[in-house]
Amino acid sequence: MAPLWADDVAPNQDLTMIATAPRSEIQPEVIRPRDAKITVASLNHVRKTYGEVEALKNVDLSIRQGELLALLGPNGAGKTTAVKLLLGLARPTAGSVNVFGGDPVDAGVRMRTGAMLQVAKVPETLRVREHIDLFSSYYSAPMPLSETLAIAGLEPLANRKFGELSGGQRQRVLFALAICGNPDLLFLDEPTVGLDVEARRLLWDQIRKLLAKGKTILLTTHYLQEADALATRVVVINRGAIIAEGTPSEIKAQTAGKQIRCVTSLPIETVRRMHGVLEVRQDREALEIKATEAEPVLRELLDGDRSISGIEVTTAGLEEAFLALTSEDNSQQKGLGSN
Amino acid sequence: MATTSAPLTSVVPLPQSSRTLFIYLKEAKYEFLKYLRIPIYSLSTVLFPVMFYVLFGLLMGRHGSAGQIGASTYLVATYGTFGVMGASLFANGVGIASERGLGWMQVKRASPMPPFAYFFAKFVVSMIFSSMIILLLLTLGILFGGVHIAFLSALKLLATLVGGAIPFCAMGLAIGYFAGPNSAPAMVNMIYLPLSFASGLWFPIEALPRFLQKVATVLPPYHLAQLALQIVGGGHRGSNATHWEFLAGFTLLCLGIARIGFQRDEGKTYG
Repeated sequence: MAPLWADDVAPNQDLTMIATAPRSEIQPEVIRPRDAKITVASLNHVRKTYGEVEALKNVDLSIRQGELLALLGPNGAGKTTAVKLLLGLARPTAGSVNVFGGDPVDAGVRMRTGAMLQVAKVPETLRVREHIDLFSSYYSAPMPLSETLAIAGLEPLANRKFGELSGGQRQRVLFALAICGNPDLLFLDEPTVGLDVEARRLLWDQIRKLLAKGKTILLTTHYLQEADALATRVVVINRGAIIAEGTPSEIKAQTAGKQIRCVTSLPIETVRRMHGVLEVRQDREALEIKATEAEPVLRELLDGDRSISGIEVTTAGLEEAFLALTSEDNSQQKGLGSN
Repeated sequence: MATTSAPLTSVVPLPQSSRTLFIYLKEAKYEFLKYLRIPIYSLSTVLFPVMFYVLFGLLMGRHGSAGQIGASTYLVATYGTFGVMGASLFANGVGIASERGLGWMQVKRASPMPPFAYFFAKFVVSMIFSSMIILLLLTLGILFGGVHIAFLSALKLLATLVGGAIPFCAMGLAIGYFAGPNSAPAMVNMIYLPLSFASGLWFPIEALPRFLQKVATVLPPYHLAQLALQIVGGGHRGSNATHWEFLAGFTLLCLGIARIGFQRDEGKTYG
C-alpha cells in the first residue's frame, strides 16, 4: 500500500540526516536502513530498584534503527523492567531513558511506539475488531482495520469476543494492538511465551515481515532459539546487568565453538595442552573437550591415540553459549560474594 | 501550486481537540459494551435494586408510608441511591482493581491513549447504568406503586441521582487503586452493603436506632438519598447545600486518595 510505505520511509530519512550530519565521515556511505547505526531509543546508565531488589544495575542499552534487538535472559533478569522503562511505565532510579530524542511518556513519542506486554487478563467481552478499533483511534495515522487484521492473521476471528479465543489467538490480538497504529518502534515483551510451535512460527513470520518493512523492534525472550531465529543483534542480560552483546553468531563465538566427546587413553593434561582447546572435562569414561575449532584437535587426538573411539563433534548452540555466559556470570557473583 | 496543498490538508488528521473528544467517546462506547456484555455486572447492578424495590416497595410496602410519603415513593429515591452506588463502585472499584492488577492498564498506559479517557469512560458507564436503574424504578413505581411525580420532578430526580454517581465513582477509583484484583469485589460488598443499610436506603432512616441515625450523617449515601428524597417530598433532614457540600468534599477526598495510588503505581511493577 502506497500510503503505508510513505509513512515508513519519511521519518527514517529524517533520522538518517540528523544522525549523520555531525559525524565527519570522509567517504559518504550509502546507508540502508538495516545498516544504519542510528539510535532510536536508549537506556543510559540506568539503575532501577524496587525496594531492596535491584532490577537493573547501571545498564546501557541502545536500539538502532531498523534492527531487531533481542534482549535475552532468564526469568527475572531485568528484561521486562528494561521494556517498562523504555515505555515510560516505570521511571529509572538513576540514569536516563531516551526514545526518539524525548521522554517515553511524551504523547508524541507514544504515537510512534507500539507495545505488546505480558498481560494476565484482557477485557473478554469485546470483539477482536472492537479492541483494534479502539487502539487504532489513539494513533493519528493508524493502519486500516483490514490491514491490521491481515498482518496479525486475525481476519477470520474479527467478530469473535476476546474471551472465546485460544492462547495463540489472544497473543495475536495483543500483537495487533501493538502494530495497529503503524508505529516506527515496537516493543515485544516475550511475545511467544506459552505458544505452541505452530503459533510461534506464525508470529515469527509476522515479526519478520515488520522488520522487512523497516520497523525497529525490541524483543525480549528467554527462548534462545527465538533470538537466534529473529534477531539482528542480541543483548544477553542476567541479574540486571548486560553480560554479552553481538550478532547471534558472535554470541555463539564468545564461548567454545565446538565440543568434542571421545573415549581416549590420553591423559587429560595432554589433551588440555593441545592447540585450540579451551576446556576439558572427564564425563564418565569419556572426555568432553571444548575447542575453538574441531579439526586441529581431532588431528592431534587421532595421531596421539590409535585406540580412540566414540568420537562425537557438536556445535555449541546459542543455548550452550547462553548457559555458559549466564553460569559464568553466576559463578563470578558467588565468588565475589564469598570473598 | 494550489493543487499540492489540497491533498495535503485532506491527509492531516482531525484537529487535536476534536480527535481527543472522538477518542473519549469511543472509549466510553466500548466501555459500555464491555460491561453490558458482562451479565454479572449488568444484571446484578441493575436487577438488585429493582428486585428489592419490587419486593419491599411494591409487594410488601404497598400501603405503608414513610413520613409524609408512601413507601413506594420513598423507596424510589433510596433504592435509586443504592443502585447508583452499586453501579459506580463496581464499574470503578472492581474494574480498575482488576485491570490494574492483571496488566491491562499497563497496555493502555503504554499506548497513546489520553490518560483521562480511561477514567472518563468508567464514569460515563457508571452514569449510564445509573440512569437505567432510576428510569426502571420510576416506571415500575408509577405503573404499579401509585407513585405520583411531576415530569419535571422526575427529571430533577434523575439528574440529581446521576450526578450523585460522581462521588461514588471517585470512591470506586480510590478502592480500585488500593485493592487487589481478587479482593476488590469482596471489599466493595463489605463497604457498600453496610453503608446502604446505615444510610437508610433499605428502611426509612427514622426506623434505625438513634446512634445509627447519628452515624448516617457522615455517610455519603445518606446525603445523596436526602437530596433525592427532597425532590419526592420526603426529605427534611438538613439543608440541600449541606448535602451537596458533603458530597463534593467526599469526592475530593477520594480523588486525592486515588491520586496517591496512581502515583504509587508509577514506581511499581505488576505481572
